[in-house]
Amino acid sequence: MSKRVLLGLVLACGLTASALAQEPKTGGVINAVIQPEPPGLMLAMIQNGPTQMVSGNIFEGLLRYSPKLEPQPELAESWSVSEDAKTYTFKLRKGVTWHDGKPFTAADVLFSVEMLKQTHARARNNLAQVDKVEAPDDYTVVFTLKQPFGPFLGIFEVGSMPMVPKHLYEGTDFKTNPYNNAPVGTGPFMFKEWQKGSFIRLVKNPNYYEKGKPYIDEIYWQIIPDAAARSVAYETGKVDVLPGGSVENFDVPRLSKLKDTCVTGAGWEFFSPLAWLWLNNRQGPLADKRVRQAIMYAIDRDFAKDVIWNGLGKVATGPSASTIKYYTDDVPKYPYDPAKAKALLKEAGYKGEKIRLLPLAYGETWQRWGEAVKQNLMDVGMNIETISTDVAGGNQKIGDWDYDIAFTYLYQYGDPALGVGRNYVSSAIAKGQVFNNVEGYTNPEIDKLFADGAVATPDSKRKEIYEKAQKILVEDVPVAWMLELQFPTITRCKVKNLITTGIGVNDGFKDAWLDK
Amino acid sequence: MTQFWKSMLKSPSGVIGLFILLLAISVAVFGPLLFPNSPWRMVQRPFLPPFTLSTVPLGTDALGRDVFAGMIFGARVSLLVGLVSTLVALVVGVPIGAMAGYFGGKVDDALMRFTEFFQTIPSFALAIVLVAILQPSIYSIVASIAVVSWPPVARLVRGEVLSLRTREYVQAAVVTGQSNTWIILREILPNALSPVIVLASLMVATAILLESSLSFLGLGDPNLISWGYMVGAGRTVIRQAWWITVFPGVAILISVLGLNLIGEGLNDALNPRLSREGR
Repeated sequence: MSKRVLLGLVLACGLTASALAQEPKTGGVINAVIQPEPPGLMLAMIQNGPTQMVSGNIFEGLLRYSPKLEPQPELAESWSVSEDAKTYTFKLRKGVTWHDGKPFTAADVLFSVEMLKQTHARARNNLAQVDKVEAPDDYTVVFTLKQPFGPFLGIFEVGSMPMVPKHLYEGTDFKTNPYNNAPVGTGPFMFKEWQKGSFIRLVKNPNYYEKGKPYIDEIYWQIIPDAAARSVAYETGKVDVLPGGSVENFDVPRLSKLKDTCVTGAGWEFFSPLAWLWLNNRQGPLADKRVRQAIMYAIDRDFAKDVIWNGLGKVATGPSASTIKYYTDDVPKYPYDPAKAKALLKEAGYKGEKIRLLPLAYGETWQRWGEAVKQNLMDVGMNIETISTDVAGGNQKIGDWDYDIAFTYLYQYGDPALGVGRNYVSSAIAKGQVFNNVEGYTNPEIDKLFADGAVATPDSKRKEIYEKAQKILVEDVPVAWMLELQFPTITRCKVKNLITTGIGVNDGFKDAWLDK
Repeated sequence: MTQFWKSMLKSPSGVIGLFILLLAISVAVFGPLLFPNSPWRMVQRPFLPPFTLSTVPLGTDALGRDVFAGMIFGARVSLLVGLVSTLVALVVGVPIGAMAGYFGGKVDDALMRFTEFFQTIPSFALAIVLVAILQPSIYSIVASIAVVSWPPVARLVRGEVLSLRTREYVQAAVVTGQSNTWIILREILPNALSPVIVLASLMVATAILLESSLSFLGLGDPNLISWGYMVGAGRTVIRQAWWITVFPGVAILISVLGLNLIGEGLNDALNPRLSREGR
């Protein structure tokens, strides 16, 4: 046996040994930052980012989603789809109890669906294709759709469709129900106390249906309003987990270099925030497709990724993030090419008309990005004027269509029918909103493709439709796609297995454990 | 006039102040000619420390922009805002003060209550509110600085005019039937000017500080680079890159110091008692 092979064997043995050593350990307290302080924890009524992050560990949905967005069992043990793709049957897990000890049954599912239709705008939208929901027995739920709806299995994530206890909410005024302040779910952690402005404390659910889980005893969500103070809290060891977006980007490299620190960009696949520039297609030079294409060529997006986002994220190729179903990169490409941008501008007859740029008032990173994009566009001869406003002022201008170029980023929710189409179909144009089709792009062909894509079967047909739509959109540049954003989660390396699903920290403490 | 320059040049603070101001003005006027590139342009790798490359002597900021170029272009904005807003404040404050002092009575009451209305609001808070409402631009910044800095001028001028109003030569002018405007412009204001000039030089310094503070808070004109903006943008990365904040900060310090020294020199030179003693 040669030395090299021997060495390999020894290494292999060492690796298995260390893999065995990674057996989860029970016990311990985790301190995590929550930013900003959530307005409330009742997930069925409040869907702010921080609410989802804390309450995703208290409540549960029927399904969980892997980083590849494949549905996994959670409260539903198994599911089946009928031949005509109109009937979905879920078998519920037995022996699940609410935090107050009452059993979780199909009646709770039926009630949750009804309640969410009243209290949760996105759920109402997602459930629009549902004709009826029935419960043949206590552990079976059947959804019957009006017509086949491709992304249907993607709507059961805990933030999109949390299960609510019927026995505590039925017949009450949802808004004033006392359990809104002390939420009761089926999740691995139970709400214990909330000292406003200071911390939210969750404790282990001892009767959790997955034996042995959760491993952690307690979670303290620390509320620290100042970004610099949050970094310091991590450095001094006050907190062990900094969820994505809780510290400024330029602090990430410094914190990453600290001892025993692990950084990951994973855990945002379900949301896949995609940043782009709204281009006002209605008026001025930007109404010309060639000018919009010139903007794509003029902006150095690799620079933005490497310098402004510290190398995190990915340059976007089109309307879909690469983590979204039916994504294709077989589309026209727009590399950084100022010469080509200048040529296109000349061809379009652009004569230095003033163009207003609206950066996003979300802090330093976005301000710097606005400055860099402005400089890129000025370099190819565009006359850019930056308008500075606060968040509310910016939203108003965008909603009133009173802008030429504006920064934004939006979640995509896993499927083009849920998160992508809304930004490009003409039926989603409405004054006053800051999401959906703000740019005023209208193309009957795109309208038809997205309408067909949502209900087409089988999957291969949907794929074909959405790939075609992506090609047309990238050619037309209704908006200028910038980056697939990544919000790095920074943790002490002793926190293991925190991010295992497509929503990351939001339901991550179920599997997390502390290596002491 | 020669007398004035003589005493001005005799006071060391005046000389130093003048030197700094002339330097700052020449940088503001001629600097951009030497640096034809926009200070917003990303020229080198980000966070390049100072004194490593001769092309970017003071290093680069978070986006790789030349800190030295930013300082030179920033001088233009800072000085311009300081001078123009002071001028506007004088244009508003001097007539109001002069009228209040000269006419007295109800006119004085009305004008002074109006002035006090502005004085009771903390000036920086008022400036922030005005810029935020009007949206940050060079015009709104100049306007808001002028709005918060004219009341002291008005009060000072009023006091001077009040005391000059009772002098014999003014009374004589009244008796000879000269018009009020003529008396104010020809007889009173020229004699009330020295303290106003001293105050104005200090106001320019305050205005530069105000503009810097506004830019520091992110309320600067987003299309113009200024020292305050540079300090504000660099503040958050001060632990990684001190130079982005320190150099423009020093520039603010020196120019404000220079203007204060000039004010002191002017005070010495224009004060009849002091200059007589100096002779």
